[in-house]
Amino acid sequence: MTFIAPVKFAIDLLAVLLLALGIKGLSKVRSAREANRLASIAMILAAFGVLLHSQGTIGISINSWIWIICGTLIGGLLGALTAKRVPMTAMPEIVALFNGCGGMSSLLVALGVALFPPAEGQNSVVIELVRNFSIVVSLFVGAITFSGSMVAMAKLQGWLSTPSWTQSKARHFFNILCAVIALIGGIYLSIDGQNGLILIVVASSLLGIGVTLPIGGADMPVVISLLNSYSGVAAAAAGFVVGSQLLIVAGAMVGAAGLILTQVMCDGMNRSLVSVLFGGALGASSVASGGGGGEYTNITSCSPEECALTLEAAERVIIVPGYGLAVAQAQHTLREVTRVLENADIEVTYAIHPVAGRMPGHMNVLLAEADVPYEQLKEMDVINPEFPATDVVLVLGANDVVNPQAKNDQTSPLYGMPVLDVQEARTVFVVKRGMNAGYSGIKNDLFDLQNTSMVFGDAKKVLGDLLLELKELGVGSKG
Amino acid sequence: MSFFSEALWVLLLGSLLGLELIGKVPPTLHTPLMSGANAISGITMLAALTLIIKSGDNLPLLIIGSISLGFALFNVIGGFLVTDRMLAMFSRKKTRK
Repeated sequence: MTFIAPVKFAIDLLAVLLLALGIKGLSKVRSAREANRLASIAMILAAFGVLLHSQGTIGISINSWIWIICGTLIGGLLGALTAKRVPMTAMPEIVALFNGCGGMSSLLVALGVALFPPAEGQNSVVIELVRNFSIVVSLFVGAITFSGSMVAMAKLQGWLSTPSWTQSKARHFFNILCAVIALIGGIYLSIDGQNGLILIVVASSLLGIGVTLPIGGADMPVVISLLNSYSGVAAAAAGFVVGSQLLIVAGAMVGAAGLILTQVMCDGMNRSLVSVLFGGALGASSVASGGGGGEYTNITSCSPEECALTLEAAERVIIVPGYGLAVAQAQHTLREVTRVLENADIEVTYAIHPVAGRMPGHMNVLLAEADVPYEQLKEMDVINPEFPATDVVLVLGANDVVNPQAKNDQTSPLYGMPVLDVQEARTVFVVKRGMNAGYSGIKNDLFDLQNTSMVFGDAKKVLGDLLLELKELGVGSKG
Repeated sequence: MSFFSEALWVLLLGSLLGLELIGKVPPTLHTPLMSGANAISGITMLAALTLIIKSGDNLPLLIIGSISLGFALFNVIGGFLVTDRMLAMFSRKKTRK
């Protein structure tokens, strides 16, 4: 006891310091990888601290060790396997899955303490109340995090669609009802520490589902980020439940940092957090209001062959990759096409919209995986002035982020969203599976423009054909 | 009562620190940062550990704690590895340059 408490204290301090440095470092490209390692070392230290302190004071029974090792091995192995196996395109889903499990963990801790309160003699009423309140928060936030994350994952995977009732006002009624029931359960639980347990878990789980289900795919990353913040809050609440200050600091840090990140992501899409959470899917509301609708009148479609001919004559080409590219897993084929173009001394750059792909930064990850040099990826503000001096723009499975409506049409729901000015280029090719609207469900004026041609088909197939055509033309083969 | 008043200070200061930690994040790092922060939120494994250690011979509690620990470690280990995988792609590009 004499030296263990200070040692534990020192370990905890070090762990908190490393965690803070880790989060800080993760927001800079240069230090990100080391920061991630730092944070993982902090976690190992923290766990070691808890084990050391417990062993030195109350002792850890063989029984406990067995269960600790079981949980660690099973959870750890599954986590490691999942992390290694998952394709890069499924990153948003996997973050949602991990996040939900973190929430579930906090929930279970609170559940365990609530079902089997520790017999620590008589506590004052105030302490009982605070402890019960912590349990309630942990259950509530943990359940929302878990069910919300699972719904987010299922929707991103395409296992769940958006049921129509969730777009009506009825969902607000449903959610409020769940919240009220959870609140009642919470009050019960706060007072006597047992009753209301099931009520609060079920109601908050339903609330998590009810809030997440109506949200459209484009907004899902924001929701995942928000749920990530929640799982921090749940961890902090669990810290109150078991009396661990380290847990409270770490949870609070993640909670607050997650909130900032959510805000940053919202800014990138020009959406407010409130409209993401309560506005429902963008598409449904815009169809109802009729804003930005209308028929296409001047669609030009062309074959990969024509596209290849135009590319051959080009000097500057900008690629605009989007969600469709990620879904078709076409980033490697794209890289081959750009290699051919580069061999023919055609300048190729990539225009990365802040929300390209399925999550901010996701496209960078995908292109990095396909060996695209980092310096060829240009952010929106950098690349926008370059479009007028560009011969060909190749839009691959992107839609809303290249919609000129966002700049020109004040009545459009997209108005004000930052977009790539691809229409400024001499020729624009849009590779798309069909005429379906993007996430927003809004007509894209770009497709109607004179200098835009549509190349219909799956991004991977079109790029494959394009590659063949370019090779047949002898582009880039001169050595 | 002292633990709770201290804990509330800790909560307040931790939250403020978290708000200050990330200011301007380049869009490239949004996904890795989210994934990394997510891994850290698995710190709730400490609570699961504490629960198991304090549960003595209470079998149901041991099981709950163990499942909770498993979920938390799934989050932590999976989260860190997946973040590292993403970040490795960026750094590889730079070292070659």
